[in-house]
Amino acid sequence: MTQNHKSMLALISRWLFTTNHKDIGTLYLILSGIMFFIGGIMAMMIRIQLYRPGITFIDPNFYNQLVTLHGLIMIFGAIMPAFVGLANWMIPLMIGAPDMALPRLNNWSFWILPFAFLILLSTLFLPGAAPNFGWTMYTPLSTTYGPPSTDFLIAAIHLLGISSIIGAINIIATIINLRTPSMTYMKMPLFVWSWFITAFLLIIAMPVLAGVVTMMLFDRHFGTSFFNAAGGGDPVLYQHLFWFFGHPEVYIMILPGFGIISEIIPTFSRKKIFGYTFMVLAIASIAFLSFIVWAHHMFTTGMALSAQIIFMYTTMLIAVPTGVKVFNWVATLFRGAITFETPMLFAIAFVILFSIGGFSGLMLAVVPADYQYQDTYFVVAHFHYVLVTGALFSIMAAIYYWLPKWTGHYYNETLGQLHFWITVVAVNVTFFPMHFLGLAGMPRRIADYPLQYTDFNQIISIGAFVLGLAQIIFLYNIIRTIFYGKKATSRVWEGAQGLEWSIASPAPYHTFQT
Amino acid sequence: MKKFKKPPPYYLPAPSRWPISGAVGLFLLLLGIMNIIHGNWYGHYFFMGGALLLCFVMFGWFSAVINESLLGLHSHKMTMTYRLGMLWFIVSEVAFFGIFFGALFYTRLFAVPTLGGLMGSAETHAILWPTFKAAWPLLKNPNPQLFMGPKAVMPALGLPAVNTVILMTSAVFITIAHWHLQKKQARQTHFFLFLTILFGILFLGCQGYEYHEAYTKMHLTLESGIYGTTFFMLTGFHAAHVTVGALMLLVILIRSLKGHFLPEHHFAFSAVSWYWHFVDVVWLFLFIFVYWL
Repeated sequence: MTQNHKSMLALISRWLFTTNHKDIGTLYLILSGIMFFIGGIMAMMIRIQLYRPGITFIDPNFYNQLVTLHGLIMIFGAIMPAFVGLANWMIPLMIGAPDMALPRLNNWSFWILPFAFLILLSTLFLPGAAPNFGWTMYTPLSTTYGPPSTDFLIAAIHLLGISSIIGAINIIATIINLRTPSMTYMKMPLFVWSWFITAFLLIIAMPVLAGVVTMMLFDRHFGTSFFNAAGGGDPVLYQHLFWFFGHPEVYIMILPGFGIISEIIPTFSRKKIFGYTFMVLAIASIAFLSFIVWAHHMFTTGMALSAQIIFMYTTMLIAVPTGVKVFNWVATLFRGAITFETPMLFAIAFVILFSIGGFSGLMLAVVPADYQYQDTYFVVAHFHYVLVTGALFSIMAAIYYWLPKWTGHYYNETLGQLHFWITVVAVNVTFFPMHFLGLAGMPRRIADYPLQYTDFNQIISIGAFVLGLAQIIFLYNIIRTIFYGKKATSRVWEGAQGLEWSIASPAPYHTFQT
Repeated sequence: MKKFKKPPPYYLPAPSRWPISGAVGLFLLLLGIMNIIHGNWYGHYFFMGGALLLCFVMFGWFSAVINESLLGLHSHKMTMTYRLGMLWFIVSEVAFFGIFFGALFYTRLFAVPTLGGLMGSAETHAILWPTFKAAWPLLKNPNPQLFMGPKAVMPALGLPAVNTVILMTSAVFITIAHWHLQKKQARQTHFFLFLTILFGILFLGCQGYEYHEAYTKMHLTLESGIYGTTFFMLTGFHAAHVTVGALMLLVILIRSLKGHFLPEHHFAFSAVSWYWHFVDVVWLFLFIFVYWL
């Protein structure tokens, strides 16, 4: 074996066998980036199809598969692994831990994921093609009428679930057990707090999803009748169980984002966060409420009036802790010495645009109004505002914010600002008109539409393409930072507070000792 | 065996081959199961390969951790991590069973009464199956051609009651074994551990007999409508957990015979005993809500 081969082998085994939280965090982030671009390409194909009415680009069944896989990949492949990657990188640094509590399990929970997505993407090439019933996998579309590849989707979901549960256990054990002695709970950075609570949500929610898809598998192949009324079951039961997972899942995808924004805004306002205790309590109460609001996803499926009213009120209650958070972010900005570096720009855009998504969520919570909005583009607009300008913006902010700590180089600020401004304009051009389309009655998840919706759909498609292309600037900027970039100081940002800024940039391979 | 005088504050393992092998094993196992369901000839090979690889990984990985423990590398802090890990793993298992109980309660309280026209709009009942009568346990399904109902209901008093006593007794045995372990009485520990396993296997035997009766005499099967569905899924997943628990107990017995456990250092023993109590508690709920009420 030549020297070259040996070093190649060493490089591969380093990443395959690693037990280092920084390596594993990097792996998570790389996977998330790959899945983000795959999911993005699917979104672009959807937007080409919708540029004009009529079946112009792809056939409707393939369109349905793209909608399904775009959702699953962006949720489980892009957003969640990115947050777990950030948790892996930052939690040990922020609480002064030597590593994650269970380093080998950490490696396992990462390496399960590529296999899960291998299975998920392979469904595109299986006979009968990929799952085509939307990421929510409603029965009987997924049981009686589901394509054969549904079973492979179930296998992929089981893998994702196992990975998430192990990851969550690891994070909880790390935070409870490995804080440096002076780091009491109420001194923990808010990013750590947000992940602490998210991990509990994962531990409760992911087994629920595993159980539901198991029932689906048994209904499909072993003659059970959980979701079949002919045997005394009920397809609506599926929706209840799925959304009992699904709504906490929504908060799993936003709470770590809240934590990130609560780190970035104080840094660039050069002030302490306003109302720390209330920020913690707000995250905890949002997490609690997430378990008692699930039926607002299914107001139109048929439910007792009293149940609808209860779920409407519990849903609206969530606006209170969320309002506390937005208020505190704004109060932190108030009279701060603010500078507008790229992470801060994304953070401010997050606060404004996430609030828009929150408000449309409130509109959807009103039962009689929801009868109108249900299954229209209004819903699509709502969840893209909370997931793209919410979760995704917080991830981008976090990457710009901590990239100098990871790589030891500053990113190119001009490119960062360019990326931000194109993205923030394009995101609104893409998703804001969806509100109008939804109110005008355009249904979601359908490959074609009547003529009168054409103008807005063309605007949306153009916005989506600009949005997609702008991410190439992001990718280029990151790669450039890894190899070139100005040398970063250990504090990186003038106003940065916290343990992670007390160590060198790039962070040494092993940091704290217990 | 060389023992460290004082454990490191927190032991960080070197890079390991076990996790990635475990990921491959899990991948092959699930891929195998799905291909078997689809009737593809290579499904069995994937499944067997995955299962063997996973067994190998579990054996190797656990051996590595046990060796670290015997070398004295596990500080108090390390043990705390393992305890937290097991605790929250059990919580996730509670959520898993919770959702199956949720399905049972929803079916009994909403789905079956609605189909029988007892609640909600009467149209569901009138349009779908007007002759259907809501009842629980459900012997006659809405569509008996598609889902033929069972001939009889599994009685609670009888074998299930006996099984309850067996499993509860085994829970008492493991607690007694734990007491003896803390008093350094090895022989009694082994004896009661052995009894725990014996009663666990006895429980599984009774459960197997009950399933056999259900399938052959009562026509109570997975396919006999929602009663059979909930009955077999809930008790089946429980039985699977008891099987895993019994295997874990067996490992603990072997390790105890090798003298691995000290009164102040026996995380694995505690973990298995928590798990065993967890399956006990699940059984109590099963007995009440699946068999009895």
